[in-house]
Amino acid sequence: MDYFDRFAIPHPSPAIYASMVAIGLTMIAIVIGLTYFKKWGYLWSEWLTTVDHKRIGIMYLISALLMLFRGGVDALMMRAQTAVPDNKLLDAQHYNEVFTTHGVVMIIFMAMPFIYALMNLVVPLQIGARDVAFPRLNALSFWLFFMGAMLFNISFVIGGSPDAGWTSYFPLAGNDFSQSVGTNYYLIAIQIAGIGTLISGINFIATIFKMRAPGMKLMKMPMFTWTALITNAIVVFAFPVLTITLLLGTMDRLFGTHIFSMTNGGMDMLWANLFWVWGHPEVYILVLPAFGIYSEVISTFSRRNLYGYKSMVASIVIISFMSFLVWMHHFFTMGQGPLSNSIFSITTMAIAIPTGIKIFNWLLTMRKGKIEFTVPMLYSVGFIPIFTIGGVTGVMLGMASADYQYHNTMFLVAHFHYTIIPGVVFAMLAGLTYWWPKMFGFMLNERIGKWAFWFVAIGFNVTFFPMFFTGLDGQARRMYTYSEATGFGPLNMLSFAGAIGLAIGFALIVYNVYYSTRHASRDIGSDPWNARTLEWATQTPVQSYNFARTPQVDSIEAFWDYKKNGKPLFKGEIEKIHMPNNSGMPFIMSCIFFVWGFSLVFSMWIPAIITTIAIFACLAHRSFEKDDGHYVSVEEIEATEKDWEVLADENR
Amino acid sequence: MRKKWTFLSLVIGLLAVLAGCEPLMVLDPKGPQAETTANVIWISIATMAIVVVAVFGLMAYVVYKYRASKQSEDYEPPHIEGNPIVETVIVAIPIIIIIFLSIVTVKSTYEVEATPKGYEDQEPLIVYASSSDWKWHFSYPEENIETVNYLYIPTDRPLEFRLYSYGPITSFWIPQLGGQKYAMSDMITTLHLAAEVPGEYMGRNANFSGKGFAENIFQVEAMSPEEFDKWVEDVKTNAEPLTEEKFDELLEPGHLGQLTFSGTHLEFLPPPEGHHHGSNDHESEHDSEHAHDDGEMDHADHK
Repeated sequence: MDYFDRFAIPHPSPAIYASMVAIGLTMIAIVIGLTYFKKWGYLWSEWLTTVDHKRIGIMYLISALLMLFRGGVDALMMRAQTAVPDNKLLDAQHYNEVFTTHGVVMIIFMAMPFIYALMNLVVPLQIGARDVAFPRLNALSFWLFFMGAMLFNISFVIGGSPDAGWTSYFPLAGNDFSQSVGTNYYLIAIQIAGIGTLISGINFIATIFKMRAPGMKLMKMPMFTWTALITNAIVVFAFPVLTITLLLGTMDRLFGTHIFSMTNGGMDMLWANLFWVWGHPEVYILVLPAFGIYSEVISTFSRRNLYGYKSMVASIVIISFMSFLVWMHHFFTMGQGPLSNSIFSITTMAIAIPTGIKIFNWLLTMRKGKIEFTVPMLYSVGFIPIFTIGGVTGVMLGMASADYQYHNTMFLVAHFHYTIIPGVVFAMLAGLTYWWPKMFGFMLNERIGKWAFWFVAIGFNVTFFPMFFTGLDGQARRMYTYSEATGFGPLNMLSFAGAIGLAIGFALIVYNVYYSTRHASRDIGSDPWNARTLEWATQTPVQSYNFARTPQVDSIEAFWDYKKNGKPLFKGEIEKIHMPNNSGMPFIMSCIFFVWGFSLVFSMWIPAIITTIAIFACLAHRSFEKDDGHYVSVEEIEATEKDWEVLADENR
Repeated sequence: MRKKWTFLSLVIGLLAVLAGCEPLMVLDPKGPQAETTANVIWISIATMAIVVVAVFGLMAYVVYKYRASKQSEDYEPPHIEGNPIVETVIVAIPIIIIIFLSIVTVKSTYEVEATPKGYEDQEPLIVYASSSDWKWHFSYPEENIETVNYLYIPTDRPLEFRLYSYGPITSFWIPQLGGQKYAMSDMITTLHLAAEVPGEYMGRNANFSGKGFAENIFQVEAMSPEEFDKWVEDVKTNAEPLTEEKFDELLEPGHLGQLTFSGTHLEFLPPPEGHHHGSNDHESEHDSEHAHDDGEMDHADHK
């Protein structure tokens, strides 16, 4: 029995038992449902084995939305707990687990898959490609991320969640101070997901460099593709640091090394440095694709080309370089002395310059435009003032001497939510609404979408603006409670009210998906927004091979030129198209990774060794496998294209 | 622009609420270091307000003037690549702002990292502040006394805190006297403060350190030098001496009230000085290679 004690949760509560039951019932329901409707075969052949970038994108999207709600529930619990002084809703341990998983889930398992969802869906279409460079690796990326996310999420019902904060600073996260397996879950689950992200990074760089349509020079790429390229370049440079950091942490916890420990020459400062050498670039990994989405959306709905394209490109390149030069601002208070702090202050504040250029360029794009306030545009316009507040408070935090007072307080919490929510969540919601018809063939309801926007935007400000004040009043972050004498009560209650507003906003978005699925018109043509870039030159929903004939491009807005000036986009005859075959290996291998991770979390060495061998066996199998893909015949393409082209001609 | 109004009324509402309350702690300094940082904060708020007003104003104008409903059906927005002059301006203005703020930052950072201005000729009071789960231990080596979870300090005298930890990284913070600094297990960090107004202040660990973090606070009382000397004398004569066994007991994870001892733990458990991890503390009379090893706690009940 002792052996099984390790799987018990260290801090049981009725809520956790209820979740266990709910998870169990949901899984049984899914299995019964799939069997009853005879969908196992469909699931396997159309989704689990797919290598189609659009389907992988949709799976990323569903996972990201699920994780958004998981992280959102964590957030609501935190705000409810701190809404009144000396609240007893959660105890300290439970609260610590909740804010830790909130951070990890939102950054690693919500924001990351969300940006990869949109990159997968859009980038190959925007550059006129048939898929990404390595479709099977792309599937592996997704399944590794998915298994990492699942491994992390079972922590709260098996063995206990991590509780050392999403930054997981050692020695707090070491064995001495964190004895449950929670931090093992953190280290291993993020490791598995991180490998997937790194593979994606390489894959997208190769795709964008090698697979652009003829005539699409680098400086003729749409802005979202540019940001995707630079984002993935940051991924390739930053994620290896995370891999090594997590590996070192794992060695400390599982194999008794003393790299970050308090004794025997270990150095706790090393973790903080390594973590943020990855962690700060990670912030820009999240925000750059958002900049790309805003550029597309603002340009489309202002009915104008993007202002200052060259300076936009220059600024994202500069941001990507500088993102690696500022990590120390996360711990100005570590005592490294005024010289290093001054240098890192200046580099930090300097990032505001290229970011400012982008803000002004978006405003100048709207100028002389013909602005239509569709839902994606509302998120984009709402982004500008909110992100500006996030940006200016970022400059304030970047000033080392003042940071000694902001550090570790709610001021900081307010600041990074003011950047990350408009900078990631708003962008993802804008992108989701904007590209939804391309993915699913119908549009989301605008009316419900607008209601959702106002709830999200107002709820957000009501939640986070008060935190600037409580922070300056001395409320440290990550406190599970505070006494009434501190006077933090009313403003925290206001935050809680705002959080409920946010929750209603997100619930409305879900309702919108349901409502639009049932009621929205399917007859929307392939270009419902009157957009400007190549992804809209395909059928809706997109054919498996994307483009029957490869488009010929000679401007940034090829599709717009085609529509307005009649510049031909597709020339030549239809030829047979070479496409990759589906494969079950990425899914199987990721399942093995899941078992491997679970074994390591609980130090079960025999299954860990067996699964390690199995992983290498999968790699070997792939190396010797002959799979040349298949051809889509000309007749088949012509049949698919025929109906659509008639429709397309009628629409224009 | 309903959002604008909602937002504006929120700000005004908040300011009204706050006007009725005590001033925000960080912006209510009681010592020279906190005053420097408060000034920096006000300067940055003022500068950033210009940016915010400019961006909000520009945005409101553009969004109002160029929305589709205000324009004629056949208006065709022009194709504009960019304009070198406009783009130079939107680069140059932020650069000027950043240069200005950089100067302010560098100057003030050097200021708060040194003995407070005007106090250079005075002998600082040295206090070793060490944290353990979830308490603060204050050792006054010259006075040869030690307190737990409260700190008495004289006004108008420079204070030099030497910080270290018997556990996870913590952060020593007295908002009204100055910024915070980390306390870590393998080195000493130094924080220079001074108090100018007698009174009680809140001090806490600001860096998350586990289960008891929220209650990891200490009380600071600043008093005139005479009163302080009287208190020291009083402690020396009346408080029980701090023994090694007693100190080991204090290090056990948990919460304690305020305690007072004569003698300090520095004698039998020297602080981690002499490790040169960038510590700007040159005093290393103790050979303390593994000082903290002895202080290793049994964290069996730490969960």
